[in-house]
Amino acid sequence: MNIESIIWLIPFPPLIAFFLIVLITNRRKKASHTIAICAALISWLLSLLVYWFASSIDNLGQNPIVSSIPWIPTGDSWLQIGVQFDPLTAVTIFFVAWTVLMIFIYSVGYHNFGHPKGDHDRPGLPPHGATVSDVHGHKNLVPSIEPMYSRFFAFIGLFAFGMYLLVVSNNLLTLFIGWEIMGLCSYILIGFWYAKLSARAAMIKAFLTTRVGDVFMLLGIVYLYSKTGTLYFRDILYNPEVLHELGTTASGFLGFSVAGLIGLLLFIGAVGKSAQWPLHVWLPDAMEGPTPVSAMIHAATMVSAGVYLTLRIFPLLAAGMEHGHPTQIMNIIAFIGTFTAIFAATIAIAQNDIKRVLAYSTISQLGFMFAAIGIGAYIAAAFHLVMHAFFKALLFLGSGSVIHGMEHGIYHTGEHIDPQDMFNMGGLRKRMPVTFITFVIGGLALAGFPLITAGFWSKDEIFADAFGHNHWVVFITLALAALLTAYYTMRQITLTFLGESRTDAAEHAHESVWTMTLPLIILAFFAIVLGWVGIPEDFPFIGNIIPNYAHDFVGETLLAEPETVNFEFHPLITSIIVSLGGLGLGWIVYRKIKSGAVDPAKKALGPIFVILENKYYFDELYDFLFVKPAYRVAENFSYKWMDRKIIDGAIHWVAQMSIVIGSFLRNFIDKPIVNGFGDWVGESTKKLGTVFRSIQTGRVQQYMLLALVTLAGFTALLYYLLVAGH
Amino acid sequence: MMVPISWYLIFAAALFSIGLFGVLSRKNAIAILMSIELMLNAVNINLVAFWRYSYSLEISGQAFAVMVFAVAAAEVAVGLAIFISVYRRRGTISADEIDLLKW
Repeated sequence: MNIESIIWLIPFPPLIAFFLIVLITNRRKKASHTIAICAALISWLLSLLVYWFASSIDNLGQNPIVSSIPWIPTGDSWLQIGVQFDPLTAVTIFFVAWTVLMIFIYSVGYHNFGHPKGDHDRPGLPPHGATVSDVHGHKNLVPSIEPMYSRFFAFIGLFAFGMYLLVVSNNLLTLFIGWEIMGLCSYILIGFWYAKLSARAAMIKAFLTTRVGDVFMLLGIVYLYSKTGTLYFRDILYNPEVLHELGTTASGFLGFSVAGLIGLLLFIGAVGKSAQWPLHVWLPDAMEGPTPVSAMIHAATMVSAGVYLTLRIFPLLAAGMEHGHPTQIMNIIAFIGTFTAIFAATIAIAQNDIKRVLAYSTISQLGFMFAAIGIGAYIAAAFHLVMHAFFKALLFLGSGSVIHGMEHGIYHTGEHIDPQDMFNMGGLRKRMPVTFITFVIGGLALAGFPLITAGFWSKDEIFADAFGHNHWVVFITLALAALLTAYYTMRQITLTFLGESRTDAAEHAHESVWTMTLPLIILAFFAIVLGWVGIPEDFPFIGNIIPNYAHDFVGETLLAEPETVNFEFHPLITSIIVSLGGLGLGWIVYRKIKSGAVDPAKKALGPIFVILENKYYFDELYDFLFVKPAYRVAENFSYKWMDRKIIDGAIHWVAQMSIVIGSFLRNFIDKPIVNGFGDWVGESTKKLGTVFRSIQTGRVQQYMLLALVTLAGFTALLYYLLVAGH
Repeated sequence: MMVPISWYLIFAAALFSIGLFGVLSRKNAIAILMSIELMLNAVNINLVAFWRYSYSLEISGQAFAVMVFAVAAAEVAVGLAIFISVYRRRGTISADEIDLLKW
């Protein structure tokens, strides 16, 4: 079997698993998760096989592995679809394969496989626990298995198909198909517990918000196709003539070149998918879904797809770039990314829900990547994308483990507290050591703890690029955002794991099962060592130990390989200072929180904190700007005016006219003429009968006389006619 | 010298008219029956007269007359039986009072 066929096969095992589970094994929980995990394992194996093979090819960026087949006839040509494996695909599929497999395994433990059915559990609600009696007859509340266990594995299988399809696509069309499949799965899985009102609202919000972006993205695809006649990456992005032409033709829209406008439209799609400002509002609410979903869809893979797409079309964005000055569209991307990075980071410091902090952190980190793309730091963005996928998946899975532990404690103590509120936690390091250590590793990677963690190297590269190319605003803003990142990460770690337990439930929390901790350990491993492949070669002391694999390998994807920025101490020192400073600050502020205490930052920041707590009131703003007007339009225009007045009015008018015509026909045609004639016939017959009745005397002799007279009359007539007439 | 046929015909017409008058004017049902006999006999006279003056070599005229006699006899038998039945029911055989045809 050649390598192209293997690439073709990568996406399909999870799709097959989806159909198998939905159609056949949906009632058998063990079979369902076995099928799903085997499928993920096969895809993982194939991905790594291709990765290993591809990494041995010299100059993979210029000679990627491609294979395509004709799909749809378009006039006298064929629309080709196919697969492509270049360095960007390689690094993306690397983290996709790993995180997907880990999250599949984690889901088994997360959904309480092996536990009894819940006492009052029903589909559409999270499990509430089951009562079991031990040998002494004591009744205990233990976690219960998810009622829709098989369905969950079916959907994440379908999701994995969408992600793999997106990554291996060699054209925008199949990429878009994968993109939309993921959007659908995101919608379904956010609303997995559909009996919860908040989950339903969140799923609709997520779907509609990302749809806004997707519509623009589709417009971009159509525009690109109309301009170039192809959606095939290598025909557009690696063809300097096409790029030059697109980059120098004016589109007539706000001074954008055609390439810029296409880039802008596609970028809006990425903004929706990667939850960048101003379309960020759906991602925090998406935390209503089960935690593996938050980890996979809303941290590691789907939201990364937006960054992946923007990286993929980078040559288009950079088309028309002169003397290293970023293009107009790149400035926009840099602005959106930088702004989102600081904006989401500030919100994250005021959130108490352990998953919401991570959600805002995800938005912020994706902002870092977009900022990096915007300033042309292609490799740094790709590098951070991969690192982030690992450590953010790790953090989400860790938070899921924490929530699980807390729920265990709540089952034990019977308290009525929110298991996701960090102020109800504390001291969990003793109860959940594996989760603690791995979460700290993930947190340090997120905060960019110097030298050892992956996040440090990837973030450092972004700083170095921003500094090296004199993007001062971006550099300073991102440094601030990084400071806040370190701060809220430490706040989270301190509140959750350090100090003393603030509730009884936290006191009785319990380490999770191995299916949950094993993925944590594996991801933690990557969260550290993976960063080492991207150490700049001129970094003091350790730069030469490992070659800068990230730069050499990923950089090949572009036609013109980006130059390495010279090593400078300023960004490095900034990076170390913001990281350690933020971590230290977070620890100092939150190390002594007592049970029931108010957030110390609230006292210090006052009204600003309230604004942050309420996420700058963006939900309220959008509610006021879009949701309420939509309701008003629906109520006043669509319902009262359009439906009731125009449509109903027309129907009523037709009905009224029918009545009028009907009564005219009835009163002037039917009643007098038709009925009148019928009645006249009847009445006349009756009258005639009355008249003739009088001659029916019953006397035979009179009848005979009559007969005689008649006969005589006829005879006379006959005589007159036959004889006398002639 | 033979009597001309018109004499027979006039005689038969007279007899028929007398019978007809009897049928229409007499109230007694038996008298009506007798008047019918007169009319039938007037027909017989016609039949025999026409036979004698036209087809005297055949006997069809006499045969017809005999047939009419037979029919007349049967008719009288049935008629009298009906009258007896009517008399038993209504106590009269006056034609004016037998108006069963009118309900």
